[in-house]
Amino acid sequence: MGMTMAEKIIAAAAGVKEVKAGDIHTVELDRLMSNDGTTHLTIDMYNQLKEPRIADVNKLVWIMDHNVPCDSVKTAASHKKMRDFAKEHSIRFYEGAGVCHQVMMENHVTSGELIFGADSHTCAYGAVGAFGTGVGCTDYLYAMVTGKSWLLVPETLRFHLKGKLSDGVYARDLILSIIGMIGANGANYMAMEFGGEGLKTLNMSDRIAVCNLCVEAGAKTALMEVDDITLSYLKAHGREPKHCFASDDDAVYAHVYEIDLSTIKPIVAKPHFVDSVVDAKECVGTHIDEAFLGSCNNGRIEDLRVGAELIQGRKVHPLVRFLVVPASAEVYRQALSEGIIDTFMEAGAIVMNPNCSVCWGSCQGVIGENDVLISTGTRNFKGRAGHKDSFVYLASAATVTASAIKGEIATADMI
Amino acid sequence: MGKIFKFHQDVDTDQIIASQYIIYPTIDEMKAHAFESLDAAFASQVQPGDYVVASENFGCGSSREQAPAVLKALGVKAVVAKSFARIFYRNAINIGLPVIVCKDLYDNVNAGEEMELSMKEGIVRANGKEYECTKLPEYMQGILDQGGLIASLNK
Repeated sequence: MGMTMAEKIIAAAAGVKEVKAGDIHTVELDRLMSNDGTTHLTIDMYNQLKEPRIADVNKLVWIMDHNVPCDSVKTAASHKKMRDFAKEHSIRFYEGAGVCHQVMMENHVTSGELIFGADSHTCAYGAVGAFGTGVGCTDYLYAMVTGKSWLLVPETLRFHLKGKLSDGVYARDLILSIIGMIGANGANYMAMEFGGEGLKTLNMSDRIAVCNLCVEAGAKTALMEVDDITLSYLKAHGREPKHCFASDDDAVYAHVYEIDLSTIKPIVAKPHFVDSVVDAKECVGTHIDEAFLGSCNNGRIEDLRVGAELIQGRKVHPLVRFLVVPASAEVYRQALSEGIIDTFMEAGAIVMNPNCSVCWGSCQGVIGENDVLISTGTRNFKGRAGHKDSFVYLASAATVTASAIKGEIATADMI
Repeated sequence: MGKIFKFHQDVDTDQIIASQYIIYPTIDEMKAHAFESLDAAFASQVQPGDYVVASENFGCGSSREQAPAVLKALGVKAVVAKSFARIFYRNAINIGLPVIVCKDLYDNVNAGEEMELSMKEGIVRANGKEYECTKLPEYMQGILDQGGLIASLNK
């Protein structure tokens, strides 16, 4: 019987010829990413082990991104613990380089790898055909110590893409539409696989945006077929694929969805659930206090270009704080060289250093009681961006920027 | 018997423990904030041996292991839900917090009532009735039985 991409990657990592959904296998991991959201706890557990050891330090990548730069004395203590441990054990360590998944995509991930990340959005790595999955710090520690872990082979939902997104519609609208269609647990425990002719119309930034958000439908991982776009992205970043897996024609899927990209429209996810999606037009006129353009989902140069083009020669609404946060230092520098940062600042945006920012509600930019935020971040859960009684709407870079200009939710065609 | 604390569907890990607390140095410093946005009294009222009962997709969202960890630290004996989000489920088992799927319990019990769970039998007893749960796969039950994943490293 044929196998899916997810099954092939797990089979290779387990050193067996064939696996099928529902099997549990012990797998060898290629890479282990952890950030400052949980690493301090991982280190505490590590120090309590009878025989602390690291199986292969070359697999570890630690990235400070959630509270960068540090915002409190308590955070400073957690950060110091992580920084010191990384130094002591010669772990690859980044601070100030950007949001962990963007830094991983720019510097480490390659096709065919199996990667654990102590962050739910690790599924982003599927954009280059790598099996990335989010884990907690105990799983992380076990993998750090042994180099291995156990995995239940997931069933796969196949999304067969055709056509092309219309002008003014973005990958962000596509994945929010899919999450709305299948629901917040529509892919629970499953892999979401994307392929078809339509995939070839999506650039790498689009692909990362799609894969990154799949966990919001409960997915264990997301996987995209490897093609010329993937290979040229890897080459441009100085990497070769480990293995280019493709699903077999007779692979077994839990379900196959056909998605015509030309039918996708600008989307808004309303508070407090990512699957609470509506046509963006239905939210037009909703008051906002803050707008956020950034995150591992939508803070790449392509997203900043969309925002900059809209706001060029215009101003941020006087009653709105518009935070622009490039997803990485590489993105930031590219934006500087293109004059994009200048455009945002000229318009009155607050441009910040690369970090997770208000997407996770525990650093600069958090919103207060009853505040309303429109965001390109990953989640709109109750309290996600600050006060428990605040409201987050999710939308594309275009819709967020248009809203920042208007002072209320607006779509780009209204500017 | 333990008291039931009941939560709705799609409870995400930000509700179980909000972002601003997860970077605190220890779980003990975080636990007073468990479920703060949904039930501010939870952390002060829950007693060791009590249960959390929820609807579908409990623990969705962030991979923060602090979510099951604060519940365990407060003495929650188990979480019984119609379904769990994957990462929370795995994290809970890894740290030794029993979690089990029971399709019928949620609609038949109220917050504040008492129940008892036998993980071994996969049965919840409440209101003089028995509710059948979906037993964990042997592999995962094995991790729970040994007290979590790290225990195996210390053998």
